[in-house]
Amino acid sequence: MSLTQGATNSFKVGLASGDFSFDSLVDTSYKIALYTGNANLGPDTTAYTTTGEASGGSYVAGGATLTITQIPTLGNQTGSTAAAYWSFANVTWTGAITARGALIYKDLGGGSTASVCVLDFGSDKTSVNTFVVQFPTSAYNTAILRIA
Amino acid sequence: MALVNTTKGEMDDSLLEKKEGFVDNDDEYTTWVEYWLDGELVHRSVHVQLKKSVVLSAATASFE
Repeated sequence: MSLTQGATNSFKVGLASGDFSFDSLVDTSYKIALYTGNANLGPDTTAYTTTGEASGGSYVAGGATLTITQIPTLGNQTGSTAAAYWSFANVTWTGAITARGALIYKDLGGGSTASVCVLDFGSDKTSVNTFVVQFPTSAYNTAILRIA
Repeated sequence: MALVNTTKGEMDDSLLEKKEGFVDNDDEYTTWVEYWLDGELVHRSVHVQLKKSVVLSAATASFE
């Protein structure tokens, strides 16, 4: 079992096909689900899965809703080094939780989901009281999601 | 004096032993805080600060 960080292949196609949009600060369709080291997530992950999903504390299956804090914007606007980026607000759960990584996905409604990317925390992280996932600084060269 | 949310309810931090640590590498900066009461872990908070972006590379073919 493994978690491989990166955008999923289905997201690459979906983004180019117009299936994903991050340009609304009130869009609540994006979620983040936590996973243990028993999960198998990577480039070929197409949707949210309960296999290997974390549990405990305030965590509920499916994870938490993400708040878009930065809609796609262009940074470092100097020719070919410019990059589009966007980001989300940090997410907090309470209680005893162990997670090795996460999946960001889009809730399409009706039980359908579409994966965006896999995040690997590097090792198991365990809380008893508070579990916080903080995204990188929202900038052209650091934001969690970028197109360069 | 401060109150700490523990597995036994709110407790005065003066009654607890505090331990802190962190992991800092290319992927993450993770900090954790633990409070112990008589050898029992009663509080653990973890803060995972991700460092790595997910980068999509937009490429175009060249004409020769």
